[in-house]
Amino acid sequence: MTTNTLSNREARLAFWMLAPTFFIVFLIVIFPMIWNVWLSFKPVGLADLRGASLWRFNLTLDNFLKVFQDPEFVTVFLTTIFYAVGGSLLSIFLGLIAALLVNREFPARNVVRGLFISPYIAPVVAVTFTWGFILDPQLGVINWAGMEHGLWSSPIPFLSQRWFEVSLFGVAFKLPLALTSVILFDGWRYFPFAFLFILARLQAVPEELYQASAVDGAGPIGRFYHITLPQLGTVLANLFLFRFIWTFNKFDDIFLLTSGQSGTKVLTIKVYDYAFGEFNIGASSAVAMVLFVSLAVFLIFYFRWIVRETQSLL
Amino acid sequence: MNRERLENLIVDFLRIAGLVFFIVAVAFPFYWMLVSSFKSLEELLMQPGNLWIDLKHISFNAYIEVLFDHGFSRYILNSAYVSLATVILSVALATVGGYAVTRLHFRGQRFMSAGILLIYMFPAIVLVIPLYVIFAKMGLRDSIHVLILVYLAQTLPVALYMLRSYFLTLPAEMEYAGLIDGCSRFGVIWRIILPLSAPALASVALYTFMIAWNEFLFAFMFLDTPENFTLSRGVIQLAQSVHLSKQLVMAASVMVTVPIMVLFLVFERFLVQGLTAGATKG
Repeated sequence: MTTNTLSNREARLAFWMLAPTFFIVFLIVIFPMIWNVWLSFKPVGLADLRGASLWRFNLTLDNFLKVFQDPEFVTVFLTTIFYAVGGSLLSIFLGLIAALLVNREFPARNVVRGLFISPYIAPVVAVTFTWGFILDPQLGVINWAGMEHGLWSSPIPFLSQRWFEVSLFGVAFKLPLALTSVILFDGWRYFPFAFLFILARLQAVPEELYQASAVDGAGPIGRFYHITLPQLGTVLANLFLFRFIWTFNKFDDIFLLTSGQSGTKVLTIKVYDYAFGEFNIGASSAVAMVLFVSLAVFLIFYFRWIVRETQSLL
Repeated sequence: MNRERLENLIVDFLRIAGLVFFIVAVAFPFYWMLVSSFKSLEELLMQPGNLWIDLKHISFNAYIEVLFDHGFSRYILNSAYVSLATVILSVALATVGGYAVTRLHFRGQRFMSAGILLIYMFPAIVLVIPLYVIFAKMGLRDSIHVLILVYLAQTLPVALYMLRSYFLTLPAEMEYAGLIDGCSRFGVIWRIILPLSAPALASVALYTFMIAWNEFLFAFMFLDTPENFTLSRGVIQLAQSVHLSKQLVMAASVMVTVPIMVLFLVFERFLVQGLTAGATKG
């Protein structure tokens, strides 16, 4: 009986110790999440916030119809996927290169390592406005340098032009300019995340493996292919998962760089546009639902695939 | 043998070239931000491609203008207040919560630990509209304290998760001694756990500070009155109101970047631990 009351007391204490955290997370994360579902099935505009209609039981599918019938929707959805895949792959690729460069001991290595992490630490407003300034058609240093050295003749609006005609080896094609710029920015800003994890993994590869393969006559390129890369498989797969989810959900970077103009409109920008451009909270919540469900579907497929892959390896 | 020497030579060359490329690409925007903030508008307009700055012509006007004409002296205080309050509350609540999850026994313990990280993956943009609606309806939206609450919700799950992992490595026996000597659970946390957890607490504090200090979306959506602006919110306001005067925007960007960078330089090890902890499975 004493143990029972003691464990009861312990459970009650634990409850009170966790209660503030629970309360805050419930209020700011779980409740809005559920309420978002409710809002997405209701005709709500920003003007309705004052009235009592928020609680009325007038559910409708209009918001979803509006979202799916929006002529932009397919483009926006495909742009989101392109942006998320492109941004994730680029940042992981750059992170891999950076980690390989820093893996071996050299003077001031720690300084370089610290420098490489800084884009990830710096406030997003500061780095987006700086890049916006650097890429500016009139005042930007890149356009000035490009024109001064005869690389191009008129200023290129990197962040405000949808298509850019390129001809490479006689083949002309159209490059989505603003979207590419935004993806390059994401590569710059988020490679440190991949860099940190890949570097940690590289440092953990046993030295004997390299020595053994050196004895076998493998050069540096062969060693990378046969030893380093296989060791990195899991890290790279996990990094892609994290970066894809985060880039898919990313709003800040595109909003601050292009406001979603010039072919960079992604689903998160659409959430904002419906709410504060059209004052349609219902449609905005519906896009948020689309975002959420797409991500859930991706996760299901990803884990199915990962599980099958690992099983086939065993 | 010859082939290996050639390969090594090429790899060494590529390594140096790669390092130079990365260093320039990473450092240049920061350099440009700083250099431009010390230039005058005329210099920026007349010589947009001047990579250097004439040390005799360094101008602090942009900083003075931003600080006193555009209200940034106020925004700095607001940002410091929001970030420090978030750090103190987050560390306190995560310590108590993390202790409960590791040392006390209750039903749903496993579920708790797993659920913590799941919440971390929730996209902010999905939450911002319903929260906007809720707080607008309550008349609390344009408030710095609501912002602190939002930042707490964003940082607590990771903070709790990090401290939980650390507490698991501490031997419980020492606490029994404290408990037998008549300490309460809170006494044990204060006298035994906290002094032993300094490195983990530093990681949590820095990580939380970074999230709160850098946050843009909620500050942008929630704050309307300039008296309430954080630095990030202020930089956006400034960028929207001045079109040509990039030196002002750059000076403001330097002001919001320098504090977090200084913290990073001094406490790099702890911050890196904080950054990686959020994404590793325990």
